[in-house]
Amino acid sequence: MREHWVNIALVAGLIAFPAYALWVDEPFLITLATRAVILALAGVGLNIALGIGGLVSLGHAVFFGLGGYAMGILASHAQTFDPIYAGAFTINGTKSMPVIWLVAIATSAIAALAIGALSLRTTGVYFIMITLAFGQMFFYFAISWPAYGGEDGLSIYVRNGFPGLNALVPIQFYALCLVLLFAALALHWQIARSPFGLALNAARQSSVRVETVGIAPYRLRLIAFTISGMVTGLAGALFADLNRFVSPTMFSWQFSGEIMVFVIIGGVARLFGPVVGAVLFITLEHSLGGLSDYWLIYLGALLLGIVLFARGGIIGVIAGRGGHD
Amino acid sequence: MTSVLQAVGICKRFGALEASRDITLDLRAGEIHALIGPNGAGKSTLIQQIAGWLTPDAGRVLLGGADITALTPAQRARKGLGRTFQISALAMQDTVLQNAVLGALGAGGKLSLFGSALAPGPLRDRAEAALLRVGLQDQRAARVSDLSHGQRRQLEVAVALTLSPKAFVMDEPMAGLGAEGSRDITALLDSLRAEAPILLVEHDMDAVFALADRISVLVYGAIIATGTVAEIRADPEVRRAYLGEEA
Repeated sequence: MREHWVNIALVAGLIAFPAYALWVDEPFLITLATRAVILALAGVGLNIALGIGGLVSLGHAVFFGLGGYAMGILASHAQTFDPIYAGAFTINGTKSMPVIWLVAIATSAIAALAIGALSLRTTGVYFIMITLAFGQMFFYFAISWPAYGGEDGLSIYVRNGFPGLNALVPIQFYALCLVLLFAALALHWQIARSPFGLALNAARQSSVRVETVGIAPYRLRLIAFTISGMVTGLAGALFADLNRFVSPTMFSWQFSGEIMVFVIIGGVARLFGPVVGAVLFITLEHSLGGLSDYWLIYLGALLLGIVLFARGGIIGVIAGRGGHD
Repeated sequence: MTSVLQAVGICKRFGALEASRDITLDLRAGEIHALIGPNGAGKSTLIQQIAGWLTPDAGRVLLGGADITALTPAQRARKGLGRTFQISALAMQDTVLQNAVLGALGAGGKLSLFGSALAPGPLRDRAEAALLRVGLQDQRAARVSDLSHGQRRQLEVAVALTLSPKAFVMDEPMAGLGAEGSRDITALLDSLRAEAPILLVEHDMDAVFALADRISVLVYGAIIATGTVAEIRADPEVRRAYLGEEA
């Protein structure tokens, strides 16, 4: 079966899922699916850097956490009517999702640009370690920041608003997240086919080749890393809105690893790889999590099997050769 | 004849090892200048310094009269230095056409996030023309990993051609090829000299003698002789150091 048809089936499944949840009278499944969609969005962000650019980042939780805290800080100030900054001018909080998203994306972009500018001077295991170190820096900073909850995190009492929608209705928030996921997938698709994507993908395979034709790989990778961070940052803002809670765990290296697991399970460089990975993760968590606290063992076994026997991930198994396999 | 590429007084030392000892050579318009020498003579080290992957301890590299010694490999490529490698450096999971388009991108194409890299247009035309030039036009949709060794060599040349280089630097383009493959690449290089001169590092002496207008012989990091094929064949020091008495 061609990957194209697998992707169409996945889009149809994601659109139709709320109808299924309502049909089986399990509206909770819509919230669960929203979680999967948001995590898939974070994975799509990582897949731009990892899949096209070959950048194995163990620090993408930084952007997820920054997106989350952008939402938490703006919304918490809005709910207490306490300005974020009051001096020569005033900066107030907001409960508007589009504004929060823009702030989350901008904050993540600045952080990704700075982190990328330093860490992309290294490669291989050093790059992994530097991104991990940045992640830990942000994690411990969030823990030691009492103004926004410190270790306990920060609760937001009401979901933020989107013009024309009631975001508190699960199906409406799901639709909003799904549209953003589709937009991110379209962005990935466009980058991959663009001249920039061609050069980035070639740099992943042979940095020497790209330099030999006059293109500096560093610039390509920095742009890709920044775009990747922006998408993951947006996912963080949505995740915080879904839970109405942010905490330092959003910055944790374990979460960086989880995003990577979504991408690897689904298929590195496969457009819908992170979607399959995230949906499978949530499905396993929901179905096995009730049976055992140690359900991650099964996920680990699955990951092991895929890395050893199916390098193209689940999409590779279904659709055949492509991506990086 | 005008010198297109010059290495002037190149010195490079790795600890106690003197890899390049005051090397001066030039590549003139329309010629193939072969650089030969035994293994470990310092040929690859010199090529790496000319292409910008190693920085010389002393000396200068000039392309079209401009000093490019301080430039990165990417900057040298943009100035018109086309390079092929001993071990193919291609995007192996990409198609032949994608690799050729990559070269065309480096030759002044815009690294845009919009549109398709393979859409019809100047980039694609340039890439297709280079593939046609090396005879790979029917393989455009093939993955590079599925190509034969010889075809990969041809593709390396095609990618370098998309840059419309002022000079080529080719590191053992016949390496690993059979007799037929060597003949094909020899014919291709022979036809390229009119477009841009070639500095050729090669161990296949039949190919070198068939192609080279001039030959420089490098031994222990120093050039011991430069001349035409006949001059090099007749040079007693070269025969003793490299070619052997029956050459």
